[in-house]
Amino acid sequence: MDKTFTTNKREIIRLEGITRDFHVGEEIVHALRGVSFTINEGEFVTIMGTSGSGKSTLLNTLGCLDTPTKGEYYLDGTPVRSMGKNARATLRNRKIGFVFQSYNLLPKTTAIENVELPLMYNPSFNAVQRREKAIESLVAVGLGDRLNHKSNQMSGGQMQRVAIARALVNSPAVILADEATGNLDTRTSFEILVLFQKLHAEGRTIIFVTHNPEIACYTSRNITLKDGRVVSDTYNNNILSAAEALAKLPKNDD
Amino acid sequence: MNGTNLIKIALRALANNKLRGFLTMLGIIIGVGSVITMLAIGQGSKKSIQSQISEMGSNMIMIQPGADIRGGVRQDASAMETLKLKDYEDIVNETRYISAVSPSVNSSGQVIFGANNTPSTIYGISPEYLDIRRYKVEEGDMFTEQDIQSAAKVCVVGKTVIDELFKNGENPVGKVIRFNKIPFRIIGTLESKGYNSMGMDQDNLILAPYTTIQKRILAITHLQGLTCSALKEEYTDQAIDEISEILRRNHKLKATDDDDFTIRSQQELSNMLTSTTDMMTVLLAAVAGISLLVGGIGIMNIMYVSVTERTREIGLRMSIGAKGRDILAQFLIESILISVTGGLIGVILGVGASLIVNGVARFPIYIQPWSVFLSFAVCTLTGIFFGWYPAKKAAQLDPIEAIRYE
Repeated sequence: MDKTFTTNKREIIRLEGITRDFHVGEEIVHALRGVSFTINEGEFVTIMGTSGSGKSTLLNTLGCLDTPTKGEYYLDGTPVRSMGKNARATLRNRKIGFVFQSYNLLPKTTAIENVELPLMYNPSFNAVQRREKAIESLVAVGLGDRLNHKSNQMSGGQMQRVAIARALVNSPAVILADEATGNLDTRTSFEILVLFQKLHAEGRTIIFVTHNPEIACYTSRNITLKDGRVVSDTYNNNILSAAEALAKLPKNDD
Repeated sequence: MNGTNLIKIALRALANNKLRGFLTMLGIIIGVGSVITMLAIGQGSKKSIQSQISEMGSNMIMIQPGADIRGGVRQDASAMETLKLKDYEDIVNETRYISAVSPSVNSSGQVIFGANNTPSTIYGISPEYLDIRRYKVEEGDMFTEQDIQSAAKVCVVGKTVIDELFKNGENPVGKVIRFNKIPFRIIGTLESKGYNSMGMDQDNLILAPYTTIQKRILAITHLQGLTCSALKEEYTDQAIDEISEILRRNHKLKATDDDDFTIRSQQELSNMLTSTTDMMTVLLAAVAGISLLVGGIGIMNIMYVSVTERTREIGLRMSIGAKGRDILAQFLIESILISVTGGLIGVILGVGASLIVNGVARFPIYIQPWSVFLSFAVCTLTGIFFGWYPAKKAAQLDPIEAIRYE
């Protein structure tokens, strides 16, 4: 897991002096005050910060949902700031996989159909290819036996796995997870972390935004934000195994 | 994103909310159904009036000597002697838009048979008159051209006259009746036509050769009128032009002179009566159209609720790559699907309801294909129009806020 220290890896994300100002009435709120860092292919990065630190704004910027006021953002080599709305939508569709805290699955819809969703907006996939890719992703997150379960028939952990499969289905350059374990109990959280570590081991780039410092022990790099600035950016030489932590947890009584 | 995918997504969203979708559709179903039923009833009564008129001969044209002024006194039409036999012959020979012409002279008086008598009118006409007025001979025969040449004292009588004169039920054919003391032999009887739409008894008449009436009853050489049939109802105007040209020429009228004859067509009457039912149709359709509008507002209302309820879904779709126009199309297709499905059911329901009205209430109906097409087109447009604003609202949502919407 020490791949992150090799420097000849491809640059996935490059932020250059990103600032983001919001106008709230008369006042100007500086959510980001000059954030710069790069993330290479295959890194598993935690972005931490308390509420108000600017981590949500940073996540929106990284996810191409928001445009910075100043500075430039390159996603997989593409400058994002000058892009129009529709171009950014297409970029999100091809390069980014989102995992949200509250899963955001379509109600009363099967796992396959939920996972297929990003490919529905990509005209180069036909119905057969969509289905193949969706099944492939669901198998990768360990839900090969629940392909046709509907979202309301699944537990929180299963729903989050479906959401992760949905984030994988378009083979994105980066997976953006926003408090992906925030709604889950400890055991299930570790199960999801195990899954993320597995994806990381397969060489995927993952950014995990959280306010839970414990998560940082299981990722390869940790960026901390405070008041719109990066206050620390450290590499983790001793990545803990989530699978081991899961094994040590007391068994549930059910 | 392609159209098939959009329709799939919209169908799935509707399937997730079947009851709500159906209730929304109900507005459109009732709207379209009532528009079709009301138009069918309106058009049905129009058709029934038109067919009554055409029983009298919808292409009939009547020519009378026109009001003339002599020494400042306007003369009664029957006193005029301007219509001659030559006019009749020229109309027969020279016109292209007229299929049949009959001269007409008439006289009213008492008809007597044995001890019975009744007031009636005797019409002096030619055999073409039967076709023009849509009369049919029931028993016996119509008189012939030869009877006209010889001014034969023969006649064909209507049902009312027979009922009054032959109370014992004997066969009237071959019997001799007297009209103003002149004997006429009955050679045929007419099929009953009943009362016309203005309440006139169409069976109280006696038909005889016009020459007989001219010579033996009225002692005149002119005609009191001419009755013609235009080739078709649509050619009535051309036929009237032809007739008036011939009459003006024969009567040696200068370009500045007024006509000395009057031409009236059944079409005028028909237009007057059908304009009344047209008015009724428009009113009925307007009321039904309002219910279609209410149905449309129902769609708009539900689509707004749906957009608000599915804000997070919209946010998610946008984050994973849906463009504004994809979201717009998705919701628009959803509302069009509601209205088109509702429209289809409404068409079936409207046609069914019309048939029930016809079957149970014996009310004449006529379903015009264009009324079905029109109400279907209107409800599709309703779907687009009332679905547009909610869909636009959905497309303009900010994905950052939408995805975290509680």
